[in-house]
Amino acid sequence: MEQPLKDLLSNDVLAYVIMAFIPLLWIVPYALFAVWLERKVSAHMQDRLGPMRVGGWHGWAQTIADILKLVQKEDIVPSAADKKLHFLSPWVVFIGSYAAFAAIPFSSAYVGSNINLGLFYVIAVSTLVVVGILMAGWSSNNKWSLFGAMRSAAQIVSYEIPTALALLAVVMIAGTLNLQEINQQQTGWFWHWYIFKKFPFVFVAFIIYFVASLAETNRTPFDLPEAESELVAGYHTEYSGMKFALFFLAEYANMFAVSAIGATLFLGGWNSPFGDFLGGPIWGVFWFLSKGMFFVVVQMWLRWTLPRLRVDQLMYVSWKVLTPWAFVCILGVGFWMMM
Amino acid sequence: MKKYFRDIFQGIWSVLIGMKVTFLHLFTPAVTIQYPDVKLKLPERARNRLYVNMDDCIGCFQCDIACPVDCFAIETAKALPTEDLGTTSTGQKKKLWVTKFDIDIAKCCYCGLCVYPCPTECIKMTDVYEFSEFDRHQLIYNYATLTPAEIADVKVRTGEYEKEQAVKKAAAATAAAQAKAASAAAPGTAPAAAKPAMAPPATAQATATVAPGAPKEAPPPTSPTEPSL
Repeated sequence: MEQPLKDLLSNDVLAYVIMAFIPLLWIVPYALFAVWLERKVSAHMQDRLGPMRVGGWHGWAQTIADILKLVQKEDIVPSAADKKLHFLSPWVVFIGSYAAFAAIPFSSAYVGSNINLGLFYVIAVSTLVVVGILMAGWSSNNKWSLFGAMRSAAQIVSYEIPTALALLAVVMIAGTLNLQEINQQQTGWFWHWYIFKKFPFVFVAFIIYFVASLAETNRTPFDLPEAESELVAGYHTEYSGMKFALFFLAEYANMFAVSAIGATLFLGGWNSPFGDFLGGPIWGVFWFLSKGMFFVVVQMWLRWTLPRLRVDQLMYVSWKVLTPWAFVCILGVGFWMMM
Repeated sequence: MKKYFRDIFQGIWSVLIGMKVTFLHLFTPAVTIQYPDVKLKLPERARNRLYVNMDDCIGCFQCDIACPVDCFAIETAKALPTEDLGTTSTGQKKKLWVTKFDIDIAKCCYCGLCVYPCPTECIKMTDVYEFSEFDRHQLIYNYATLTPAEIADVKVRTGEYEKEQAVKKAAAATAAAQAKAASAAAPGTAPAAAKPAMAPPATAQATATVAPGAPKEAPPPTSPTEPSL
């Protein structure tokens, strides 16, 4: 898609700008939809109805009304806050989660940046989110915010390791870090997907990745950084209006980013599950987005099923369960490939 | 070591069980009642807004006396002997004009104590509970069926009648006293002469003005569904 755009516009810079904005076209409506969906899923899991009134059919316009309200709200900055960092942190958080989309292939025809170090880049740049969270917690000058930020830092530092190790198992099979190439290697029927290769090692790696990604996106049961019952709202306690909306957008963008990486590496990304049936770049977008959305829904499902972990339990899960088993997966895949 | 593996297995297994539970709840019908659209049926003897059927009211003040929070404001005027106010549906003769019958429903505590003493069963609790107002004074309900002009008229008429009666009574009393004094020709006529002064009730002048506590002239809020208790 890069070359045709350049040819069409005869202006490289404009083409790149357009390429950069394409994921945003998906993320913003997705975030609005996902917030609504989250509320509906949570409501129905608790035998409630959730938003029902705005827009008519099952309150579909609720989040649109919410975002309109957030736009109009006063932007409150605490007087004791570090103004610059307080202003900057929502942007850092959002940039961190949005930058990850640059290397994620949405279809065989579209990937923001088809770089060889794609997966490495995604893992590296999504860690920027924690910097923004730390900035938010520190600059708010609020003990709850700081607690949330510190927890987030501890959590992401711990969970980056099982995440990266679990993805490494796939990278070993694929022999590349280029996400588009990893996708192309999984073309064909669904048993070509990496999740079914070298059974059960990659499957276990997928589970490890999924659990760890929950922690990285600060979702329940690992939502200690924003634990509303203990820390008010965690690192974004002191944020209001559009800045708060940006944090929210970043959280949901992050949810989709980790789901998309999981889908790309383990479930064939934009590949149709039925070989050539419904294949091609257009259907590719559909398959990619559906796989991503599926994991987003599973994340919501888990959120409304599980209670929050304690900090020591969080560390136990990371260091004593996920990390050793990720190593086992790598070893298993390695031995299998040597044989 | 064994515990470690068992913990992992139990962790995964219990998460799966939990996910099954929440998944099944996804399809159980919600317990939410969407209130303004759907309303729960009230219990048969629910006590909500008061309703007074003024056709049956005889102005006996029994409800006012029974009310523990004093939310009634009732005024009556005697009907003239020439006037016939009819009878209630229970067959009692109405002898009083009810010139004012206000219920401050904001004060009402929904105890229902006013309902039981009513001799004609004209006051009752309905199942209407949606009567919130922006102004508290709107919650004072006027049940009196007479128009302000009629009320003023009634009061003037009864006032005049009572004055007449008083004059007549006084005249009769003085005549009787004189007769007594003349016949007996004995000391002690003073107490008899003092009696007529107490006889005419001074209510006529006091209630001659139209009741000020009439914020709106809307007809008494009648409930569309009056439960038959």
